[in-house]
Amino acid sequence: MRRLPVLRPRTERADRVVKSICPYCAVGCGQLVYVQDETITDIEGDSDSPISEGCLCPKGAATRQLVTGDHRVNTVRYRAPYATAWTELPLETAMDMVADRVAAARDASWEAALPDGRAVNRTMALAHLGGATLDNEENYLLKKLYTALGIIQVENQARI
Amino acid sequence: MAECHPIGFRWVMKAKARGATIIHVDPRYTRTSAVADLHAPIRAGSDIAFLGGIVRYIIENERYFRAYVVPYTNASTILREDYRDTEDLDGLFSGYAEGTYDPTSWQYQGVDLVPPAGQKDAASDLEGRAGDNLARGTNDERDLSLEHPRCVFQVLRRHFARYTPEMVETTCGIPAADFLRIAEAMCAASGREKTGAICYAVGWTQHSVGVQYIRTAAIIQLLLGNMGRPGGGIMALRGHASIQGSTDIPTLFDLLPGYLPMPTVQHAPDLATYLRAHRSDSAWWSEMPKYVVSLLKAWFGEAATAANDYLFDTLPKLSGDHSHMATIALMADAQVRGYLVIGENPVVGTVGGPLQRKGMAKLDWLVVRDFAPTETAEFWRVSPEIARGEIATTDIGTEVFFFPAATHTEKDGSFTNTQRLLQWHHRAVAPPGDARSDLWFAYHLGRRLKTRYAASTLPRDAALRALTWDYPTHGASHEPSAEAVLREINGYTVETGVAVDGFTDLAADGTTASGCWIYSGAYAGGVNQAARRKPAREQTWVAPDWGWAWPANRRLLYNRASADPAGVPWSERKKYVWWDAAAAKWTGADVPDFIVDRPPTYRPPAGARGLATIAGDNPFIMQADGRGWLFAPSGIVDGPLPTHYEPQESTTANPLYAQQCNPARLQWRRRDNPYHAAYADRRFPYLLTTFRLTEHHTAGGMSRWLPWLSELQPELFCEVSPELAAERGLANGGWATLRSARAEIACRVLVTRRIRPLLIAGAVMHQIAVPYHWGGIGRVTGDVVNDLFPLVGDPSVHIPESKVITCDVVPGRRVRAPHGAVSPQAPPHDLPRVGQRTAEPPQVTPSPNVKEKAKA
Amino acid sequence: MIDPQTMGFLTDATLCIGCKACEVACKQWNELADDGYALTGMSYDNTAALGASTWRHVAFVEQPIPAVDTRLLGYDGRAGGGRIAWKMLSDVCKHCARAGCLEACPTGAITRTETGSVYIQPDVCNGCGYCVPACPFGVVARREDDGRAYKCTLCYDRQQGGLEPACAKACPTDSIEFGPVERLRAKAAARVTELRARGVAVQLYGEDAAAQPGTGGLHAFFLLNDEPEVFNLPPAPVVPTMGVGRSWLAAAAGAVAISALAVGAVLLGRGRSR
Repeated sequence: MRRLPVLRPRTERADRVVKSICPYCAVGCGQLVYVQDETITDIEGDSDSPISEGCLCPKGAATRQLVTGDHRVNTVRYRAPYATAWTELPLETAMDMVADRVAAARDASWEAALPDGRAVNRTMALAHLGGATLDNEENYLLKKLYTALGIIQVENQARI
Repeated sequence: MAECHPIGFRWVMKAKARGATIIHVDPRYTRTSAVADLHAPIRAGSDIAFLGGIVRYIIENERYFRAYVVPYTNASTILREDYRDTEDLDGLFSGYAEGTYDPTSWQYQGVDLVPPAGQKDAASDLEGRAGDNLARGTNDERDLSLEHPRCVFQVLRRHFARYTPEMVETTCGIPAADFLRIAEAMCAASGREKTGAICYAVGWTQHSVGVQYIRTAAIIQLLLGNMGRPGGGIMALRGHASIQGSTDIPTLFDLLPGYLPMPTVQHAPDLATYLRAHRSDSAWWSEMPKYVVSLLKAWFGEAATAANDYLFDTLPKLSGDHSHMATIALMADAQVRGYLVIGENPVVGTVGGPLQRKGMAKLDWLVVRDFAPTETAEFWRVSPEIARGEIATTDIGTEVFFFPAATHTEKDGSFTNTQRLLQWHHRAVAPPGDARSDLWFAYHLGRRLKTRYAASTLPRDAALRALTWDYPTHGASHEPSAEAVLREINGYTVETGVAVDGFTDLAADGTTASGCWIYSGAYAGGVNQAARRKPAREQTWVAPDWGWAWPANRRLLYNRASADPAGVPWSERKKYVWWDAAAAKWTGADVPDFIVDRPPTYRPPAGARGLATIAGDNPFIMQADGRGWLFAPSGIVDGPLPTHYEPQESTTANPLYAQQCNPARLQWRRRDNPYHAAYADRRFPYLLTTFRLTEHHTAGGMSRWLPWLSELQPELFCEVSPELAAERGLANGGWATLRSARAEIACRVLVTRRIRPLLIAGAVMHQIAVPYHWGGIGRVTGDVVNDLFPLVGDPSVHIPESKVITCDVVPGRRVRAPHGAVSPQAPPHDLPRVGQRTAEPPQVTPSPNVKEKAKA
Repeated sequence: MIDPQTMGFLTDATLCIGCKACEVACKQWNELADDGYALTGMSYDNTAALGASTWRHVAFVEQPIPAVDTRLLGYDGRAGGGRIAWKMLSDVCKHCARAGCLEACPTGAITRTETGSVYIQPDVCNGCGYCVPACPFGVVARREDDGRAYKCTLCYDRQQGGLEPACAKACPTDSIEFGPVERLRAKAAARVTELRARGVAVQLYGEDAAAQPGTGGLHAFFLLNDEPEVFNLPPAPVVPTMGVGRSWLAAAAGAVAISALAVGAVLLGRGRSR
């Protein structure tokens, strides 16, 4: 029986292995993210996890394609009113524009009290949706900011 | 479960190998059914009839775990004389008027109002009455023999008396013999030596009486003694990585972090009124003021003082239902100007797609953050309405921003899984281009707005000006530190800034801050506890050193119930947490869910308040009376006991009551949200239910772009029985058009015996099952199934009824114009682009293996 | 006795939940392309067969069962219907003890590794395709773009690093188990005994040379809960070179002639509508 020249798993060439958690469902399987030259070269199950013991389902097993696939868009897209196509915007410009619009909509629609005089301190012209795929820290900052702005129509997939 | 949570199902298969019986109840025969011991096909929307039948079976055959039920549940509690059951009122409870209930008559004898567990304004007209009325253990009346005609147990028995095996058969389509086999199997998993678990995917919640589905399961598990014990419980199998976290730290309209209710106009303007309305005088919710004040300190810092009520009055107030469905309706009426959609795709994932798109077309602006543009981001370009020519892109004035989002591998943060376990994911690489985390977006949007309002003196800007927003950032993109945010969520002592070790360290006097009390302890000792990763094989089976579970790193809630009233494990086999008399404390495999040094013999003294009211044998410490609620006197707005109601759209009359549907359900009666209410209407003779596939993820944004997943389930299809296929001329692999009262969609057909016609009230009923993952954008596309569904929902939690409607099906692709647009940069079919090929190039030198061959 | 170094798969149909994690984990590790996006109409099987870019393939078999057992879901038939069984099996290269592909390969690209697996060296393969009909299971296939032959490597590279193959690692229910064939055989035998004691009709497929002389036994063998044909496995596969002269030229010639029938049988019904 002939021995083949050594063929090693590419994970051995990784610069680092980062511990992660599957982003799909709420079982919370452990993932190992292998990084070589700042590129993710492999994502597979974390055998240390008491939840998943190294296993992944097809979605979890496809995670590398989710995070490195060519479907990802890496610039801000902007669609002007009545336009038929996207254009691109610099990130900082887009952030300024969104801040402008949030403030304008809030100020124009501020509702200090109901007609019967009871205070409500809010705006009904702004709404948010999303959170079930976000990190806890992200949801926390969003809820904190929205509440301080008087935005109450804050919802996510948990309701849906 | 095997379909949607294969790794969760790993443990079910391990249990099966050890002799567990697996029962699967589902309209469809799925990948779970394939390995179950028994699959019972059920009519979609009839689960309460089925579960209620089990409740009746348990009671009538005396299969309940009496030694558990009497001390640990409210079975013995006496109810008020004026309570009337659905048995008395043919499907209604007492207190009903004009679509809502006044729960006054549902209360315990001698108690004005039992405060629900941390619940919100479920009964807003009762505001202010909950404060000083429940000195539990002293003035609620009980009959430990369970024979008093008004005790909960007898009320429960009467309520479910008509849920006979025959009624289950006629209502659910499950033959009585099969039903009895299931009921007996569940009863067998009960008692000192045995436990049984109920797992549900969130389809159970997506009904106009959804909360009561879960309630019925809770009643079964309490009767069988399966709560707070290893191998027991009710497991919600949730579909998103942090959907549990997003309710704990809620991006939800009616909650503040840690299940504190959002203030409502009824409770404004002062903190005292709010606390009086929501806190309990007994059990754990008596601690609520500490959590509220600590939250306000976390948010408003030094500006929040006792003198100004910690700025409580600056918080916005609710005045009704501001849930997603209500917002859609408001949007369609052009009352909303700006909409921020972050990591969600409501046009596909939510009911009422046409109404949703109508509303979005009336916005001034829309922000979508995701990995790639979704159907929501591109509603102005790709939609059935545009395809049909009803509206043109050039008619839509909405300004749309798409921001690219960082993936979980590109940012630090914690997900909370479906078992309340916080697990940290570490940033592996930098996000590409202008992609940023949602933390970055929230922080930098907040920073801009705080700058903008910094000089304002208007009262309405006071909250924003006071808002603490000083998070350290790092890197060229000024990414905020997620650990710093987790630290604030955990809480700290204001004076020293030192992280607290848990919520028992929090105070109501402004000396502590904590952004979410139930997460307090996640940063105990100044250490990110969610990032702990001690390998499973190096610790006990409970794995307490992997991640961090709220509350207090407790893995099993109410685990004091795993021991008997004297604190002794029910059995050696099922021991988990118990009273160590020698050490005078609770101990065991997990963090005890009890006051650790309170002996089983403790009884509250007369006039006790707060935590002192928790008797040594009251495991359910979050409930005001310390007991598991078979009967829910408050907190649920559509009745204290679950009752079978037909869905909004059904093919049959309610076999149990004259009352057809949940009388308190949420409806939006408007021309753009029509309902099909006539159950004998032959235009829509079939039931349609939706489901998920293993190979896809919810609205598809995280799966339909991926070649490796798309090839496995490339097209939208419906599953129909051979009998229905024959009745309607449908061919396997062919096309069908599905119609509801609101929309029509086209899909391929799978004719399969995995879908079975059922006999409902003596007549054959067909169900059609459709996965809902598809939309018009992606590598693989398909029609949006949720377009078929109306806005109608559960009144307690405002979740839409998205699991059952009536429909018709005809052969062929009759929908006028197909979807099928894809984003410009994405070819519909190509090789996987997973970065450069990173496989090791083969280094074998050509050397014919002739020797090997000769040997062979 | 088999060499204790010989490694293989035991794939157990009774534990498979058809999640296809094995298919995706394999594609991820080996960076394989999709096979196109077409609904086959064959239950939940849309990759249809093993091929150059699909090295694990899950078969889905829907079987109506006559409603004979009224105790179990006693369906009375008034509405039609009946009971159903849904069987799943993850198919893979069998790494035959006597491998037709290897014997047919004229360039030596196909070799047997030190752990007994059958490995195609892509840089040696010249795309002649002789191996394709030489496989009695229809496993080996040529890729359209580079013309070379591909199939499961038993994750040869991972094994060199002490890692188990990607499919076995991902499998949520341990339906796919990787290990020394000797141990897997013992485990499979015990599992068969246990399942039969519980009244489950099961059989092993290709567990050793005695059971499957035509291949000399499979290093990746199966525990089935039905007849092999149900899962598209040939009941008595024979390597084409079996009984043909020892010259490899003769073997190659024989492969073309003999395998045509066998492969034809295997591939029948696997066509997919694109």
